[in-house]
Amino acid sequence: MLNLVWPIFIIISFSYAIFSGNLQNLNSSIFDSVESAVNLSITMLGTMCLWSGIINVATNTNIMKIMNKMLKPIIRFLFPEIRENKKAQNEISMNMVANILGLGNAATPLGLKAMETLQEENKNKKELSNSMIMLIVINTASIQIIPTTIIAIRSSLGAENPTSIIVPVWIATICAAIVGITVTKLLIKYSNKREKI
Amino acid sequence: MINIINFLSNLAMPLIILIIVIYGVIEKKEVFDKFIEGAKDGIKIVINIFPTLIGLFLAVGTLRSSGVIDIVIKILDPLLKIVNFPTEIMPLALLRPISGSSSIAVATDIMKNFGVDSQIGIMAAVIMGATETTLYTIAVYSSSVKIKKTRFVLIASLTADIVGIVTSIIVCRFLS
Repeated sequence: MLNLVWPIFIIISFSYAIFSGNLQNLNSSIFDSVESAVNLSITMLGTMCLWSGIINVATNTNIMKIMNKMLKPIIRFLFPEIRENKKAQNEISMNMVANILGLGNAATPLGLKAMETLQEENKNKKELSNSMIMLIVINTASIQIIPTTIIAIRSSLGAENPTSIIVPVWIATICAAIVGITVTKLLIKYSNKREKI
Repeated sequence: MINIINFLSNLAMPLIILIIVIYGVIEKKEVFDKFIEGAKDGIKIVINIFPTLIGLFLAVGTLRSSGVIDIVIKILDPLLKIVNFPTEIMPLALLRPISGSSSIAVATDIMKNFGVDSQIGIMAAVIMGATETTLYTIAVYSSSVKIKKTRFVLIASLTADIVGIVTSIIVCRFLS
């Protein structure tokens, strides 16, 4: 995707700046941007290491198991079609736990494993099954307990209180997730009805 | 109400750290060793994303300084005024579903330009936290099982995204 977007951005902005005689601004912003990427990465390093360290303590305790257990009823509600498939349920719940803790790098492989397991019992192998769609929708909803990256950016830009956005983020994610899940459930119902006719 | 939200926001991170550390101690784990082990992964994450950030900060920074973003905003402004959508946020809303790292660049650019604690700056932060790179996620998940017929997954997740963005804007307006 970026192989397409990045050159377009560069070509548009550089040629527009050259034609509109904005060269001095362009030149200074080239070095400004590179420098702010360095600044952001350095300040981000602190927050990222702190959080990765804390989460690594958590993954070595039974907290993950407890969260898995707490998610069971939610998973049964969201994925009624795989009530018998314990393996798929487990993978989905581990994927959700990883997402909640903000372990993006661990969440994706777990989610993809769950996709494979769901594909095994998918009736039409060329189409996403209802459970697969629900899994993708949940993964795009990004339910995360601490939005670490954005807190790191805020603190690197000198925000007065970098964590003050946590509850607003929770409110917005939960609304998005509820709507996403409801829309998915409704569309599943509608498509089931259409198949019967 | 605003005080409660601020209090909970400030409580969240310390409380979670406290619970995790206490848990580690109760279960007799080598808490500090595990912390160090994990913190090393944090370095890897930042190093991995660093080259991408350089490239995308360059792209977004020059889009801003050349005046291209201003033109896009000017074109969209009358339309967005009707629905009372803050135009300054639009570049972020458009890029967010497509690419994670370029939306980090755009969000940082917005926070820097309008002030990290300004209403627009906070909106950009909340949107970043509340939404995901939807199109990218759909592509990775569907192609992992070699499926091209994705049925209604795009409609469902983009609806969720729009709700996430709109709620972020409403909540930020309410708070400031």
